Amino acid sequence: MLLIKNGRVLDPASKTDAVLDVLLDGDRIAQVAPGINAPGAEVLDASGLIVAPGFTDLHCHLREPGEDFKETIETGTRAAARGGFTTVCCMPNTKPVNDNASVTRGILERAAAGASVRVWPIGAASLGSKGEALAEIAAMKSAGIVAVSDDGRPIASAKLLRQVMDYCNSLGLPVIDHCEDTSLVGGGVMREGPTSMRMGLRGIPACAESIAVSRGVQIAELTGGHFHVAHLSCRESLEHVRAARADGLRVTCEVTPHHFTLTDELITTYDTRFKMNPPLASRSDRDALIAGLADGSVDCIATDHAPHDAASKDVEFDKAPFGIIGFETALALALGKLVHTNRISLMRMIELFTTGPARILGIKRAVAAGAAADLTLFSTTHQWTFRAADSASKSRNTPFDGAAFTGGPMATIVAGKIVWKR
Amino acid sequence: MSCRFHHLLGIEPLTREDISFILEQSRPFQEIQSHPLKKLATLRGKTVALAFFESSTRTRISFGTAASRLGADSMNLQAESSSLRKGESLIDTVKTLDAMKPDCIVMRHSSSGAPHFVQQHLQIPVINAGDGTHEHPTQALLDAITILDRKGRLDHLNVTIIGDILHSRVARSNIQLLGKFGAHFTLCGPAMWLPSELETLAPLGSSIRRVSNIEDAVRDADVVMVLRVQQERLHEPALPLDDYILLYQLTPERLRLAPSHAIVMHPGPMIRGLEIDPVVADCPQSCVLEQVTNGLAVRMALLFLLIGGPHDESKEALHAAD
Repeated sequence: MLLIKNGRVLDPASKTDAVLDVLLDGDRIAQVAPGINAPGAEVLDASGLIVAPGFTDLHCHLREPGEDFKETIETGTRAAARGGFTTVCCMPNTKPVNDNASVTRGILERAAAGASVRVWPIGAASLGSKGEALAEIAAMKSAGIVAVSDDGRPIASAKLLRQVMDYCNSLGLPVIDHCEDTSLVGGGVMREGPTSMRMGLRGIPACAESIAVSRGVQIAELTGGHFHVAHLSCRESLEHVRAARADGLRVTCEVTPHHFTLTDELITTYDTRFKMNPPLASRSDRDALIAGLADGSVDCIATDHAPHDAASKDVEFDKAPFGIIGFETALALALGKLVHTNRISLMRMIELFTTGPARILGIKRAVAAGAAADLTLFSTTHQWTFRAADSASKSRNTPFDGAAFTGGPMATIVAGKIVWKR
Repeated sequence: MSCRFHHLLGIEPLTREDISFILEQSRPFQEIQSHPLKKLATLRGKTVALAFFESSTRTRISFGTAASRLGADSMNLQAESSSLRKGESLIDTVKTLDAMKPDCIVMRHSSSGAPHFVQQHLQIPVINAGDGTHEHPTQALLDAITILDRKGRLDHLNVTIIGDILHSRVARSNIQLLGKFGAHFTLCGPAMWLPSELETLAPLGSSIRRVSNIEDAVRDADVVMVLRVQQERLHEPALPLDDYILLYQLTPERLRLAPSHAIVMHPGPMIRGLEIDPVVADCPQSCVLEQVTNGLAVRMALLFLLIGGPHDESKEALHAAD
C-alpha cells in the first residue's frame, strides 16, 4: 500500500481539481479522498505537488533490438521515468524492424526484465517498413502492439496506406503515419525558408508534410479507419486535421515539445542537435501548433525521443541523423512554453499527456478508484537545470542541455511502485 | 594594424572594415604577381594544409601557389585519395592532418557548414575554400578586388548575377560582400533556381530583385556575374540544356543591352557556348583572367594575415633572441 498525501489531484477524466489523498493497493488505485487514514501504508508526501494520471508517450525510439549503443529499453525507460512517463510506445524502426510477433515478444520480454515504465510496442505497417507487403499485424496485435506505423518513413504509397487502414480498422488499431512526401524532401536537412537559404542547407518545404497529411485524411475518409499524424509540425497540416475532424473523420495528431518550443531560425551554427525530422519550422508554424494545442485540435504531446550516439551526431550537418532525446524535458517544456505563458491550462496540459494519448489508443487514464496505479507527480514551481550529461538516456543529443526550467517531474509511479523520485 | 579575425569561414560575419582591410592587404601581393621573381620568404617554415574534400582544380592550385609564393610549404589532401573514401569521419581526418602540425587549414567540402564544424575542434585558423551551397569567401574577395580595379569603387553597384543562384556559394558570398557596400542585386535564372527566399539574403542597405528575363536583368548592370552551370544540377529538377542556352546564355547581343562600362565576371570553370558565348568571354569587358590572378593576391594576403601577421613576427623575434 502506498498513500500519496496532500497532493493536488488533477484528473482530466473526472475534471477533478482538489487537494486529495490517493491510496494505492498493489497495481490499482484503491481510494481517492481527502484525509485518508491507512495504517501501515508507505506514505509519500505530495504537498505542493500535482498528482496526475500516468503520462503516456505515444512516440519514442528505444533502439532495442539492434542499436543498443544508442539506447536500450532499460536506459530509455529510466529516462522516461525521470520525465514523468509511466507508459511509452516505442516505434518499430529497430534492427530488425518490429514487423512480426517474435520481435514484439522480444521487446516485451526485455521490458518485463528491465524496464522502469510500461513499454507498449508499435508494430510496423509493412514488412521491414519497406512499403511493400503488409506486416503480420494481427499476430503482432496478439503479441501486444498498440498501433502500427512505418515511422522513420511514411507509409510508402496511398495504395498501401489504404490497405493498412482498412486492415487496422478491422483489428481496432490506429495507424500512425510519419507524414512526408519524400519526393519533395529530396535530401533536405532542415525546413525550407530564409534560414535554410542563408545557411546553404537544403530545405524541406512545409508542404512535404501537409500533402502527406492530406493524403492520410482522404484515405481515412475512404476507409473509415483511424489515421494518426505523427509529430505534426506545420500550420497547413493542422488545417487538414481540423477540417477532417469537422467532417467527423477519425483523424488525430500529436505535437512534440521541440516543435512547440523551437524554430528553424535557431539553426545558425550548423549545430546538429537542432536537426530532427520533421525539421524545426517557422515561427508562424510554431505559433499555429501552440494555438492547436490550446484549442483542442492537437490530441497529445509526444516526445519522438530519438537517441543517437555522439559519433553519429558529431559530423557535418547534412550527414547527421535526425532526432533528439526528449523524455526528460517534455513536461518542463510544456509547463514553460504552454502553461506558465497562459496559453493552456494546467488541466489541458495534463490531458495532452494522459487522456489525450489514451483516447487514441482506446484506453482510459484516470485518478480514480479501480484505475491502474500509474501516477505522475510533478511540480509547477521547482527550479532546476537540465544537464544532458546527467540524463538516464544513453545518448546526449538534445538542444536543451543547460536549459533552466520552472517545474518538472518529481515522482513517477508505475503499478503502485515508485519507479523514480527526484 | 592586425587582423581582427582568426578564421575565414564566410563573408557574412565580416564587417565592411574587415573586407576593406583584406583588400588593402592584398594590394602588395597583387603587385608581386607581375614581378619576374615571385617568391617571398614571409611564411618560410610555415605549413598550409590544403584539405579539399570536394574535387577542385583552380582553387586548390591557387591556394597552393599562394602558399608557395609566400615561402610556406603545403600538404595536400585530395578528395580522390581521401581516407573519407575509406569511411573515416571528417573530424578524424582533420584531426589527423592537424596532428602533422600545419599552421592553417584551407578546406573545401561539399557539406554546407563543414568548416564551421571543423573549426570547433581545431586551434589553427580555418579558411573556407567553398562549403556546399553556403559560401566561397575567397572568391567574393577576389571578385571585389577585380571590381575595384575596373570600376574604382565597391559602393552602390548594380550587380546582376545569372545562373543557378539557389545552389551557388559564389552568389551567396558575393551577395554578402557587395551587399555590405550597398549593392543592388538583380538575380536572373530559371525560376526553380530563383526562389523568393533569396531576397531575404540581402544585407542591410542592399536590395535583391529577381528577374526571369535576361534582357531586363542586364539593362542597368555595372557588373554582370555569370555563374557556372553545374551540369549535375540540371537533373534536379530536369532542365534541358538547350532551354538554358536559349534563355540565359550571355551573348554579345544581350551584353549590348547593358551599359558599355559593365564588366563581365565568371568564377570558372567556364564552359564556352553554355552559360557564356565565347565572344563575350574574350571581350574587353570580360575580366575572367584578372579574377584568376587576383585570386592569388587575395589568398596570399589571407594566409599572411591569418598565419604570418605582425604579431607572429614579434614572436619570431623573441625566438631569435634566445
